[in-house]
Amino acid sequence: MRAADVPYEKITAKTFPKGPDSLASGHRACQGCGEVLALRLLLKSLGTDFIAVSATGCMEVCTSTFPQSSWRVPWLHVAFENAAAVASGVEQACQVLRKKGKLPDKRIPVVAVAGDGGTADIGLQALSGALERYHQDFIYVCLDNEAYMNTGIQRSSATPFGASTTTSPAGSHSKGQHTWKKNMPAIAAAHGIPYVATASPAFHLDLMNKIRRAAAIEGPAYLHVYAPCPTGWRMKPELAVESSRLVVNSRIFPLYEVLDGHYVLNRKVDNPIPITDYLKQQGRFRHLKPEDIEIIQARVNQEYENIVKLSEAFPV
Amino acid sequence: MAVKPIGIEVSLAVAEAVKLCDTDVVAAYPITPQTHIVEHLSELVADGELNAAYIPVESEHSAMSSCIGSSAAGARTFTATSSQGLALMNEMIYIAPVLRTPIVLAVANRALSAPINIWNDHSDIMSVRDAGWIAVFAENGQEALDLTIMSFRIGEHPAVRLPVSLNIDGFTLSHFIEPIIIPEKEKVTAFLPPNVTDLKLDIAKPISIGLLANPETYTEIRKATDDILLASKDTIVEVFAEFKKAFGREYNLVETYRTEDAEIILLTMGSISETAMTAVDEMREAGEKVGVVRIRLWRPFPVAELKAALAKAKTVAVIDRHMVMGVPNGPVGLEVKSLLYGAPNAPKVFNYVLGLGGRDVKRSDFKTIVARSKSNDVQKSFEIVGVYE
Repeated sequence: MRAADVPYEKITAKTFPKGPDSLASGHRACQGCGEVLALRLLLKSLGTDFIAVSATGCMEVCTSTFPQSSWRVPWLHVAFENAAAVASGVEQACQVLRKKGKLPDKRIPVVAVAGDGGTADIGLQALSGALERYHQDFIYVCLDNEAYMNTGIQRSSATPFGASTTTSPAGSHSKGQHTWKKNMPAIAAAHGIPYVATASPAFHLDLMNKIRRAAAIEGPAYLHVYAPCPTGWRMKPELAVESSRLVVNSRIFPLYEVLDGHYVLNRKVDNPIPITDYLKQQGRFRHLKPEDIEIIQARVNQEYENIVKLSEAFPV
Repeated sequence: MAVKPIGIEVSLAVAEAVKLCDTDVVAAYPITPQTHIVEHLSELVADGELNAAYIPVESEHSAMSSCIGSSAAGARTFTATSSQGLALMNEMIYIAPVLRTPIVLAVANRALSAPINIWNDHSDIMSVRDAGWIAVFAENGQEALDLTIMSFRIGEHPAVRLPVSLNIDGFTLSHFIEPIIIPEKEKVTAFLPPNVTDLKLDIAKPISIGLLANPETYTEIRKATDDILLASKDTIVEVFAEFKKAFGREYNLVETYRTEDAEIILLTMGSISETAMTAVDEMREAGEKVGVVRIRLWRPFPVAELKAALAKAKTVAVIDRHMVMGVPNGPVGLEVKSLLYGAPNAPKVFNYVLGLGGRDVKRSDFKTIVARSKSNDVQKSFEIVGVYE
């Protein structure tokens, strides 16, 4: 069956899942953390019948200080760069134990969760291997807060151009990060997997439905989730959800899906807000001058246009 | 009907043992000289002889990562590697024991780079000696097969739940065809109970594995693992005894050869022990009172058993297949010296490094070592044997 035709139970405002979260409250995330918000919504969408694997990072550290754990589902953390490989092992174990009758004959999604450093930098090889091996019940979620926040706001290959971090500081000879953000969804899609999607926690139903769709489709899925970090972005904690909205409405972070190589632009942004509305909330961009912002705007226009063209050239 | 030995390459015999154990998951990456083990396993899976998931991972780091995931999910899990592969796994090797994942890892021992060298010594496994794994060394093919079966039973034992490394010398053991008895499937099934544990990823009974430990708990968690590793010796002895009952072949933590009246003991690990025994036979004919003590169980270190085996010796010549750079000792030499330090009537300990990077270990080397060990010169207590000047 085509990935686009695989049925799944869609969540609406009326059917929003009730009951306790799979990620319990009382965790140690920072005030206003957009990453833990996205994670909680994703897990809530899946219910309780799945296994989670975390990479080392903010979400692992803030949920699992021994002897406490926020996880109400089976959860495994091994190291930083290998969430995809660990999840591969869990997934294959479940498959074979099911085949041998040692587990109930039911699909168990295995969800690997990692940050942008654990995905785009140090974990890229393990992720590529797992996607290529085409695990049936494998979902990889990259919660992208655009730097190594857990270690103290160092740049990653997913840090956006112009952002000042502790290892790409703005200075008299630097505009901060001088490279463009690595396009992880495109890299994931290049593996020919059935499902790739981007999501942002401000569009929570879209986000939650995407992981449901990922779980319903047989084959590996990659979700790239925008995860605002007020601490690392030097932004007011109450702005996490608003920045998650502005990043989409400014066309910086388009919401789209790639189903068997066919593109769906989930949210067409016809009248984009100026990117300055998004950038000015965040201290990491404070040093940028109008000419820098012009360069970023041109890049945003081009990347958004690319997704529009792909959705027209390869429609579902 | 008695099972007769067949001629089979040792690597294939190890793979056959993995099959006999109904292994659920194999995650592996090819590296010389481990390749024949994983090639044969993938064949067994392809032919439907082994009902397992074979995960062809993209690196050894991912091999061990996948094995930890698989084992944590409750599956019987196997992998194999050598040298640089084990080095790349290093980070995961230290994590597996503390997460209590009873993976069985066959290491076809090979020298570490640099210079790059595909041949046999023990430098790979010595780089992870402190990680918390149970480690056994096979001397020959039959032992490699038998220890594979026993490794699953030991590692998965409810009182242990630790990973086990099975060391077989690369090429000199892994690639040799030897007469090996392949046990009957029913007997292996009767010997090896199913891998059952509550400490696994189970949606019916969720637990968290791999939590963060702060200074107030880290020491205790590390110590808990060490306590289990030390205590696993009792289970290992018990499993060796059960194995003898089921299959008739006797295994001890430490083996001795012609040591009853031996004044000089050659202390070895792995396949060179057979060469050492041949050399001992020849030296005995020439009137030398020499014997061999072989360490089969490297971790947990068999302190009491080794002390007993060395009790009557005047001199012990410890053979190491790895060079500890910056220290005039090999790793086994260090352990033996520490074991005997302060003991009443402790023998003199000489430590020799030989057979690095596949350099042949000959009977004459052991004769040279015995001759050197007669020296009373403490300055000569450590030597790298056979270095070309």
